[in-house]
Amino acid sequence: MDTVAAQGLLSATWLVIALPLLGAAVLLLGGRRTDRWGHLLGTATVVAAFVVALLITFQLAGEEQRSVTADLFTFVSVGSLDVSAGLLIDPLSATFMLLITGVGGLIHVYSMGYMAHDPRRRRFFAYLNLFVAAMLLLVLGDNYVALYVGWEGVGLASYLLIAFWHERPAAATAAKKAFVMNRVGDVGLALAIFVMFAQLGTVSYEGVFGGAGALAGGTLTALGLLLLLGACGKSGQFPLQAWLPDAMEGPTPVSALIHAATMVTAGVYLIARSAPIYDLTPTARTVVLAVGAVTLLYGAVVGCAYDDIKKVLAYSTVSQIGYMFLAVGLGPAGYAAAIAHLLTHGFFKAGLFLGAGSVMHAMDDQVDMRRFGGLARKLPVTFVTFGLGYLALIGFPFLSGYWTKDAIIEAALDRGGWSGWLLGAVAVVGAGLTAFYMTRLMIMTFFGRPRWTPGVHPHESPSVMTLPMALLAVGSVAAGFLLVVVAPLGDWLEPVFGVPEEAEHVVAPAVVGIVVTAVMAVGVLAAWLFVGRREVPEVAPARVSPVVRAARRSLYADAVNESLFMRPGQWLTRALVWVDNRGVDGAVNGLAATLGGSSSRLGRAQTGFVRSYALGMLGGAVLVAGALLAVTAG
Amino acid sequence: MSDSLLLVAMVAVPAVGAAVVAALPRERTALARQLALGVSLVVLVLAVLATLAFDPDGDRFQLTSSVPWIEGFGVDFALGVDGIALVMLLLVGVLVPVVVLASWEDQPPARRSMRTFFAWLLLLEACMVGVFAATDVFLFYVFFEAMLVPMYFIVGSYGGPRRQYAAVKFFLYSLVGGLVMLAAVIGLYVVSEAAGEGTFAFESLRQLDIDPAAQRLLFLGFFVAFAIKAPLVPLHTWLPDAGAEAPIGGSVLLVGVLDKVGTFGFLRYCLPLFPDASREFAPFVLVLAVAGILYAALLAMGQSDMKRLVSYTSIAHFGFIALGVFAFSTEAGTGAVLYMVNHGIATGLLFLVVGMLIARGGSRLVGDYGGVASAAPKLAGVFLVAGLASLALPGTNSFVSEFLVLIGSFPTRPVFTILATVGIILAAIYVLLLYQRTMHGPQRGVLFPAADEPAGDATAPSTGGHGATSSATATLTAPAPAPARATSRLRDLSRREMTVVAPLVALVIALGVYPQPLIRLIEPAVAATMSDVGADPAGTTATSEGTD
Repeated sequence: MDTVAAQGLLSATWLVIALPLLGAAVLLLGGRRTDRWGHLLGTATVVAAFVVALLITFQLAGEEQRSVTADLFTFVSVGSLDVSAGLLIDPLSATFMLLITGVGGLIHVYSMGYMAHDPRRRRFFAYLNLFVAAMLLLVLGDNYVALYVGWEGVGLASYLLIAFWHERPAAATAAKKAFVMNRVGDVGLALAIFVMFAQLGTVSYEGVFGGAGALAGGTLTALGLLLLLGACGKSGQFPLQAWLPDAMEGPTPVSALIHAATMVTAGVYLIARSAPIYDLTPTARTVVLAVGAVTLLYGAVVGCAYDDIKKVLAYSTVSQIGYMFLAVGLGPAGYAAAIAHLLTHGFFKAGLFLGAGSVMHAMDDQVDMRRFGGLARKLPVTFVTFGLGYLALIGFPFLSGYWTKDAIIEAALDRGGWSGWLLGAVAVVGAGLTAFYMTRLMIMTFFGRPRWTPGVHPHESPSVMTLPMALLAVGSVAAGFLLVVVAPLGDWLEPVFGVPEEAEHVVAPAVVGIVVTAVMAVGVLAAWLFVGRREVPEVAPARVSPVVRAARRSLYADAVNESLFMRPGQWLTRALVWVDNRGVDGAVNGLAATLGGSSSRLGRAQTGFVRSYALGMLGGAVLVAGALLAVTAG
Repeated sequence: MSDSLLLVAMVAVPAVGAAVVAALPRERTALARQLALGVSLVVLVLAVLATLAFDPDGDRFQLTSSVPWIEGFGVDFALGVDGIALVMLLLVGVLVPVVVLASWEDQPPARRSMRTFFAWLLLLEACMVGVFAATDVFLFYVFFEAMLVPMYFIVGSYGGPRRQYAAVKFFLYSLVGGLVMLAAVIGLYVVSEAAGEGTFAFESLRQLDIDPAAQRLLFLGFFVAFAIKAPLVPLHTWLPDAGAEAPIGGSVLLVGVLDKVGTFGFLRYCLPLFPDASREFAPFVLVLAVAGILYAALLAMGQSDMKRLVSYTSIAHFGFIALGVFAFSTEAGTGAVLYMVNHGIATGLLFLVVGMLIARGGSRLVGDYGGVASAAPKLAGVFLVAGLASLALPGTNSFVSEFLVLIGSFPTRPVFTILATVGIILAAIYVLLLYQRTMHGPQRGVLFPAADEPAGDATAPSTGGHGATSSATATLTAPAPAPARATSRLRDLSRREMTVVAPLVALVIALGVYPQPLIRLIEPAVAATMSDVGADPAGTTATSEGTD
């Protein structure tokens, strides 16, 4: 990867980060003075950042050398460690930059309507700006430490936004859970950085990737697995997925931007960015594949059981990011497919969440789909935009998801051998399940008899909310075709990932397309049979099969975490507090008391401080004299 | 090097200031605090001037001055700073005025006066400057012990209900450590006399080639004193009591500065004077350090008293500092020194904001608070910044130091580093648990007496049966006489309180984004120390075989 120093507009890339950061700073420090116009400033900075990002990308596209660094200042330089605050602009980071500022800008606009009546609106926009800035740093940094700073920065923004309505204990707990589980992953990322420094003496992408070839196989595998741990934490992948559904406690625009379109895809970015490491370690890639495959099935199965519209979408996100992990685990054959699916997913999942927010807006913030029904006519714009996102997600032919998901399934099959067939089959089954749970969601929300709570009067959202939904719906329809057929993303990303070998197709792409479409149709049909044809009960039936019961409890993921980590941790903590008070402190107190000659001596010393002070001094003087005596005698 | 009076002035100004304040009439509290603030600001200016006069690439000790003191034993009143001591002086210079301002409206307990409190505070500042600036080992010892006296009175006279127990405990622990060190100081003199001329001058002692057996004994003498002061587990049990019972200003200086004398001592005295023993004992110290990181973090999670909780978090942080010192690399050592400064700022801030909360609610118990964020957003915001700095979030100052300690320790000590890194998860838990219980959730507890909700209302479902409710174990209350629980309306931070926290918040962010100027000051001194101890100062990659 040859890089050149930034020239012209590219050397102003820091502006893209600085603009939203400035917005956050003004809104947080400005206090109530900025209440009236804070949301406008917050939105304007992100839109401005998008414009700058667009110009930068155009300039990058015209460059001979599409890998440009812009060094800002020395962050830390000590001994042989040198960490610069530097940015790397290449097709991969530029793509993310556009996604973050583009979708981020739309969601800012939407939030102006969604949060219009919230007394803490200014704070919301400040946190959202903070998130955008941190996320941009994550993808634009030219070394792993800069990535780590952005990585934990988005974690903070996520914490603040999940806990935005912090009076609600569930929101506060969910925020803490998200942060802590992310920190588990962060330990992996941090250790990976330590290994890089220990082995290669550098943490910059250029240095690490340049030196990776000389590393031992075991070291590379360790690096790959440690990075994967970090990626799993941030992206809600198995076994660190449990925080993501709980994160839906945050306001819905947050779920759309952070917990669907951008932050949770950072794990995919990390692995794709670290491609030169993963290219050298098939073992670590296999683990990535396994994580992706397990998670995509897990998310899809659990998604079928929930009645909470946001939770279903959240498990859908878990599952879809599983597809992306599967793709990056395939190596050079899958990187571009993963990023393409990441982009289209960013469009349609953000659109779906914004649609869900619009539904909640209409239904007095309810999320239980058993109390929805028949909303298609009351919320026509929401229905159409949501519907297009739904079709894109399930892979309806020629919409976005169809192109990008098929590309992943093809790449998996092209891997060849039994593992290729297995992974391909998992991905196809996942597509069927996706069609099932999303159709179930559509039917329960928009079709059938209204089951509304008395007093609810659904109404369509204002245009400040429906406009971003419509734009995202356009993306949901067209982005896949553009990225796969018209201007293949692989070509644009070629300077980053190289040219993949032309693989022998195990199954002809047309056949794959037909099979996947057929499986999808089965999923839709099954949902219609089980949900659409019958009356939806207003309360979830209790007498259900063990499978459904398990799925409703997220396949016991939380129960396992609780009994393996949380409760033993609490016992350990309590035991240690007892030991420290009785044992360690008691031993020392006892020793002091024994030395004093009587156990009540220390107690008496507490009664008058002057006396005890004098006593202490006297004891000290005796010891000093003894020490001096010992030294001169010896 | 010509004599410089800057450091002498930094000792003399607060010492004289203490005498003047003490001589004021008892009821002139206003004048006393204005004087204390003025004097401490002068010291801050002097510290900044010293920094400007300091050349990082110059001599090891600069701004030196020396006059013979006890000529019979070769004791000099010798002052001077290397980069490590200099940044500690900056920390002292920043924290003391902040503490004076934070104690501005404190009410003294019966029969005590705030005038005396401020006098003790200034005397403590003089001792703290002295202990970092001394280049004569005996002089260092004198300041080390002298520091005890003002701190003893600050805790014992102005602290919480169990202040006398805490003060005596603090005093006894420190005294034992100090006496062991005194024996070692005298031992050093004896060794130097045997080698030629008896001396206490640090630079001369450093040149000595002490035989390994003697090194071991002398190392242990210093080490025990410093390990109590730092404190390292299992010598830590005085700190939670002292940290909890001290008045807030006392807690800030105790944990922020005084404890750093221990880790400062490791770097200044243990490593350069006894390099063989340091290398020999390093694995043992690292075990204590890493055990402390994990043990104290778990204990912090289990505390119901906020000030004890913060004290335990500090013990965990001191484990990181000790790890950085005894990993013997320039990166980790620089990180450790930076950690000392950053911890002083971050934990100082955390103690201050916890103190402001306690001042409003009159209780130190976590369980007596809830939902404060919605009523006092500024307080909650500062609380969060302090908490995030405590869990070393990137963007805050603590991240840089913790990261440097860990990345610098990993090449030489991978196993210890991996265990220590797990500590960052625990840090997230204890900080966010405290924050959630006090700041989040519905408004409840002593600050919202009207919102007395029925018992059994689960405020934190997933934290299990761990949430202490306000009725349980409400035994500890704030400084007697406890203010009546009539604070029905919660005030957010006042203008004075904002002035107290603002400089620290600014430093947390500034040093988190641009730490390099501080690193420039510290690194040469650490590199010199590491070459004293025989560690290869620049070569980390060379010694990194088999880390995977």
